[in-house]
Amino acid sequence: MTLAGLAIVGVLVAAALAAPLLPLADPDLTAPFNRLAPPGTPGHPLGTDHLGRDVLVRVLDGLRVSLGVGVGATAAAALAGSAIGLVAAYYGRFVDGALMRAIDVLMAFPYLLLALAIVAALGPGLVNAALAIAVANVPFFARAARGAALVVVRRDYVDAARLAGFSDLRILLGEVLPNVAPLLVVACAGTIGWMILETAGLSFLGLGAQPPQADLGSMLGDGRKVAVAAPHVAAAAGVVVLLLVIGLNLLGDGLRDLLDPRLKAGAGGAPQPATAVERASVPPASDLGGLLDVRGLTTAFDTANGRHAAVRDVSFALEPGEALGVVGESGSGKSVAALSLNRLAPTPPGAIVAGRVGFRGDDLLDLAFEPLRALRGDRVAYVFQDPLTSLNPVMRVGDQILEALRPAPGEGRAGLRARMLALIADVGLEDSERAARAFPHELSGGQRQRIGVAMAIANRPDVLVADEPTTALDAMTQIRVLELMGARAKERGAALLFVSHDFGVVAALCDRVIVMYAGEIVEEGPTREVLRAPRHPYARRLIACAPRLGEPDRALEALAGAPPPIDAIPRACAFSPRCDHAIEACRAAPVALEPAGEGRRARCLRWRELADA
Amino acid sequence: MRTYALRRLALGAPVLLGVSVVVFLVIALVPGDPAAAILGSYASPENVAKLSAELGLDRPLPQRYLRWLGGVLSGDLGRSYALDRPVLDEVLDRLGPTLILAAAALALSVLFGVSAGVAAAVRQNGWADRAIGLALLVGVSTPSFFLALLLVLLFSVELGWFPTGGMSALFGDGGLVDLLRHLALPSITLAAAAAAILGRMTRAAMLDVLRQDFIRTARAKGVDEDRVASVHALRNAAAAIAPVIGLQAGYVLGGAVYVETVFQWPGVGRMLVEAIGRRDILLVQGGVLAIATLYVLVNIATDLLQAALDPRVKA
Repeated sequence: MTLAGLAIVGVLVAAALAAPLLPLADPDLTAPFNRLAPPGTPGHPLGTDHLGRDVLVRVLDGLRVSLGVGVGATAAAALAGSAIGLVAAYYGRFVDGALMRAIDVLMAFPYLLLALAIVAALGPGLVNAALAIAVANVPFFARAARGAALVVVRRDYVDAARLAGFSDLRILLGEVLPNVAPLLVVACAGTIGWMILETAGLSFLGLGAQPPQADLGSMLGDGRKVAVAAPHVAAAAGVVVLLLVIGLNLLGDGLRDLLDPRLKAGAGGAPQPATAVERASVPPASDLGGLLDVRGLTTAFDTANGRHAAVRDVSFALEPGEALGVVGESGSGKSVAALSLNRLAPTPPGAIVAGRVGFRGDDLLDLAFEPLRALRGDRVAYVFQDPLTSLNPVMRVGDQILEALRPAPGEGRAGLRARMLALIADVGLEDSERAARAFPHELSGGQRQRIGVAMAIANRPDVLVADEPTTALDAMTQIRVLELMGARAKERGAALLFVSHDFGVVAALCDRVIVMYAGEIVEEGPTREVLRAPRHPYARRLIACAPRLGEPDRALEALAGAPPPIDAIPRACAFSPRCDHAIEACRAAPVALEPAGEGRRARCLRWRELADA
Repeated sequence: MRTYALRRLALGAPVLLGVSVVVFLVIALVPGDPAAAILGSYASPENVAKLSAELGLDRPLPQRYLRWLGGVLSGDLGRSYALDRPVLDEVLDRLGPTLILAAAALALSVLFGVSAGVAAAVRQNGWADRAIGLALLVGVSTPSFFLALLLVLLFSVELGWFPTGGMSALFGDGGLVDLLRHLALPSITLAAAAAAILGRMTRAAMLDVLRQDFIRTARAKGVDEDRVASVHALRNAAAAIAPVIGLQAGYVLGGAVYVETVFQWPGVGRMLVEAIGRRDILLVQGGVLAIATLYVLVNIATDLLQAALDPRVKA
């Protein structure tokens, strides 16, 4: 798109600049006997106007005038505006206050009106019109320059320059200006099309270019008077203005994306309603049964250097009513794995590229969106990490619970409301009527997460997935919310998939535990067994990290380093670079997840010898 | 919220005062003798001297300003010598049509701009998003005076569906239907660019919201996508969109100048262009002051709307 803009602007500018050099007719040469000739007339490819002047030549001439005026007005506005903005930011305090109040007053005028008032005072004319448009744009540049400069003037090198005794002017021009220049270029590129348009507009109204001088606006104005008989006159000027401004705007957008990516419209992309599923093949259902049967789940993310798996070949089963913990550091893929079950991992940039998620005979990855949506929150429900950001800030929490509730057959609004209030009471909030009317920001962190739990258990789901539900809470609140969640899940017979970085918390809540590292399961087994005798060195280190109740003097071992980023996972044992026990074979080839005792699995070549040691 | 509203209203007062200073200074900008400029080149020296005294041109600027402000506050905006009637009367007569046109255009631009932005955002990067993006780009780039001409040629001259211009009185013979027929093309013209800008802003604001955690929560609950877009995303994006609507009100009030001229709409915009042509500076001053005051009020209103949309704004 940017290239298209560049091409349009390039061709138009070249044509406008080259026109005087080409052997074309004089744009002001009138021919009374050849008035309003239609396009295609020999010698006049775009016809002639009401004075018999050649439209093509005149449009090129007017284009040059409009371009010149637009560039001039933009430059003037940018210069004056950035001077004001830089001075305001640099001197601050009183100077800043006074200048910005003045700018505010100018911004209080509808843009074009200020220009009109100035033209009214100075009198019509192209230069006055351009000046008026420039003045009307000064506030925009002043604000942009001030905003950018405010960041710069607080930097160390500006202080250093001041202490070195440089003059204010030298600091402004030498240190501050170069740092805000890219933003000013973006601002110029974004406004020049607009300024050309507005100057042409004043000319169109007869307040800009005066005959014999003509820009595209005044040509459109002239053409308008004969528009019914000879629309080509106005059309030629109008189409050229339109093309020029489209080209400039495309160029401006492109430049902005290039120089100031933060402003890029819709950068990053919003997630789709469900994670994309792009599987080459589908593994068969296992004969293990279970409520939830996850086989070979692999979720990848598109990064700047290609697609990389954040979750690789993850398989596990969840029995009805069971509590399964998933433990790992941040970046281990545990949250992505949990979100992938209901296809809540963000696409873009994510996609599920392999595996299946069996649930009561269906493969959830195979489901169309509507059946999947029917299942979400009803059979498989989630509690998320940060209760502040995961609740809608402008919606009352009662309404947020209400929309989670699926009406029973024949159940009306009153029935739903009663259930909503009962849920609020059930998660331990007092005065449920009042709590229902609260907005999230009016509740404490613990109360908010209780609302999160209420939404998740609303429909007595078969599976409750909790993704670090208490990480954002303080210790005491954490325990209460955990107990509540465990109790409510148990009462309703929901299986719990509990994702956490904290082995201690998982131990308190879960029957079984999975340990993940760099997107893979490295150990799995009954919580008690894994805690007592971890098979994988990573699990051992994680357990050593967790404080234990009643053992305040136990030394905690910090785990040095961090898991590898997803685009740099070794094609071997992923933990080997951080492992104290790694040998040559660990670094040579991928290690398989193998049975390691009763109901246990581990992904370590040396688990046997390490267990004996 | 009530305290906030009162504070916001109070903040409007100094801005209005500043606006009055700028409008007043327009006369001071006039090269040469303003009195001579106001009365035109055929005025007698006696009349020029008389008006000069009336405007107090011999006194220092601050004193003149206070005198002028006193007049404005008591409803005296001076006299239009070309029309031979008080500026206030003329401005009030012209304000109604401009308000009708601007309100219709703003309503259209909000309706189409916001819908286009939402539709594009929920289909981000799909073909519909691209098509809407292209349409919005063309909308932003089209000069309203050119669009006006195209619409007149197509719908009035060729098809004869709408009148080429003018406006009938609201309670005139044609009634509401006739008013709407006259209003259609001017309001569409005026709305086009504002809708395009609003559409781009809405899309960006929606995409920002759609990335947030609570959207994922809504989806995890099984909320349907229409509700995710309208209740969750748009409701949160609205606080970001409201100030843009305020800006578009300014664009619409300014752009009315072109549209009223092309469609011979008897509003303040056309009055201003005619007055500038006649060098009727006092009338220009009055018209600009009226529209700028209106715009300040509209901006206060959109700020209050923004606050009302966000329960986190307290007190």
